[in-house]
Amino acid sequence: MFKFEALKEKSPEFLFESVDLRDDEAAVVPRDQILAVARRLKTEFGFVQMIDALGHDRMEKKDRFEITYNLRNHITKQRIFLKVRCDERDPHVPSLVSVWTGANWHEREAYDMFGILFDGHPDLRRMYMPDDFEYFPLRKDFPLMGIPGSIPLPHHEDADPRFDVANRGE
Amino acid sequence: MSLIEEEVTLERLPLQEVPPRQRIVEALMSKDTTVSMEEDSLEHEMVLNLGPQHPATHGVLRVLLRLDGETIVSAESELGYLHRGYEKLAENMTYHEYIPHTDRLDYISPVANNVAYCMAVEKLLGLELPPRGQYIRVICAELARISSHFMALGALAMDVGALTVFVWALREREKLYDIFDVLTGVRFTVSYMRIGGMAQDIADDSIQMIRAYLDGLPEAVNEIAALLHKNRIFLERTTGIGIMPPDEALDLGWTGPNLRGSGIAADLRRDNPYLVYNELDFDVITRQECDVLARYMVRFDEIKQSAKIIRQCLDKLPKGDYSARDAKRVVPKKGEIYSSMEELINDFMLVNFGQAAPVGEVYHSIESSKGELGWYLVSNGTGFPWRSKIRAPSFVNLQGLSRLLEGCMISDIVAIIGSIDPIMGEADK
Repeated sequence: MFKFEALKEKSPEFLFESVDLRDDEAAVVPRDQILAVARRLKTEFGFVQMIDALGHDRMEKKDRFEITYNLRNHITKQRIFLKVRCDERDPHVPSLVSVWTGANWHEREAYDMFGILFDGHPDLRRMYMPDDFEYFPLRKDFPLMGIPGSIPLPHHEDADPRFDVANRGE
Repeated sequence: MSLIEEEVTLERLPLQEVPPRQRIVEALMSKDTTVSMEEDSLEHEMVLNLGPQHPATHGVLRVLLRLDGETIVSAESELGYLHRGYEKLAENMTYHEYIPHTDRLDYISPVANNVAYCMAVEKLLGLELPPRGQYIRVICAELARISSHFMALGALAMDVGALTVFVWALREREKLYDIFDVLTGVRFTVSYMRIGGMAQDIADDSIQMIRAYLDGLPEAVNEIAALLHKNRIFLERTTGIGIMPPDEALDLGWTGPNLRGSGIAADLRRDNPYLVYNELDFDVITRQECDVLARYMVRFDEIKQSAKIIRQCLDKLPKGDYSARDAKRVVPKKGEIYSSMEELINDFMLVNFGQAAPVGEVYHSIESSKGELGWYLVSNGTGFPWRSKIRAPSFVNLQGLSRLLEGCMISDIVAIIGSIDPIMGEADK
């Protein structure tokens, strides 16, 4: 059973802040150490599967965004969570694509939804929203109904403008 | 509303110099490929768009192909044509209200999504179902797996040309829809599971229908096998195509039948058992060949394993209650709501304000027919999730598509996409 304390004993320079995720190990790692920790987890401790990576808007003044990496060791069947935080004013986080190829699309989705920039990502484009979309939908300040005019909507030339609700924002 | 005091405007993405439509083509062109090309006498490459509207892309999947004649040099897939904002929606409704939305994710096996979501919320709340409820959940999840695998087999066979198999597979799925109709009241997007249990108990006529279906299943499956498994055309179109080596599959995060077709025996029902899977006897089907045919055969054999699991569950089905009864967190029975004041108040609070989940984060996943389907829930103490992330297996599986398409011919594309079995509803959320 891997525990973050074991990694800390082997390499005391790593700083961890433990997070409670019920039965699974989880820890927040500082931004400058995440790449090294991720490499160690993959090569030494066998966490070869990146199951998921998600962004999350904590709505805190300091370190607004948090990225969680869901890793799994398919031999010991253990699952751990690696977290890294970044500030709204400096939303840069090292990309883990060099460690796990599977991080590619997850990081693109986190960029698309939150605006977190992954340094070293080979192809940081938007995932779901159109490439020229100007906002980040899953941030808490983006309204659920969307922003009128942010996405081009189809319209018909003969449509009566009084009833053309979709294009009123333009 | 920015958290920095000076600004009041919304964040705007700085527009970049390369026009947006070109960026995906740039990615297509700049990709290093492992394909070695001989001299092309016509000396031109072509970019072909396998558009979102296509009969064989399993939904609205767009794939841009860079072609050298019939050979694919590189491919880029583009998602988002079915993006419905499910994660944003989840933050604005209670845990209970979200259940019908989960049906629409993997819409080929809706009840499995219900099971996964309800189990994640129950893990957050600390609820556990009584044994009867757990057995019923296993039965529903395995019926959903059979339904989904029939669709996958039928669609793959249709894409390589065997149209009859598609119709036969859908005929078997229609029988499953009839079972769900009697079991839950709804054929398709059932919304059967609830936080803490399910909408109603399994009745005897449903059990009889399921047994009759399982009795007829071997014949249906053998019919398909007789048509396909010795067919020269099918075997040549699927053997040796779309080889995904196991270490690359693990690196990409593949799970489910795709990973088991590459030789890794990873199955959450065996590795991290949930519900009552640790009491049931079934095999984890694995194939070593890593190609399209291997993934097809894994799904084919898993249908029989699911039938075996359902039979054991029906034989062992315990008596008792099917839902956890917890006044503050589980919606009470309808009859009690109409007749008792306390249940009425509890129902009112639960429907309007949601269950008061403890502050914290939780992740729970099940082995769905596509792979590991999970929910990562972040709770802030209210009845509305703060963040609800769907770990969609089709999204992760599709990541391997461009790697698999390199170097193959155009006619192999549909076989490869069919073998990955993506469902765009869950890939796009």
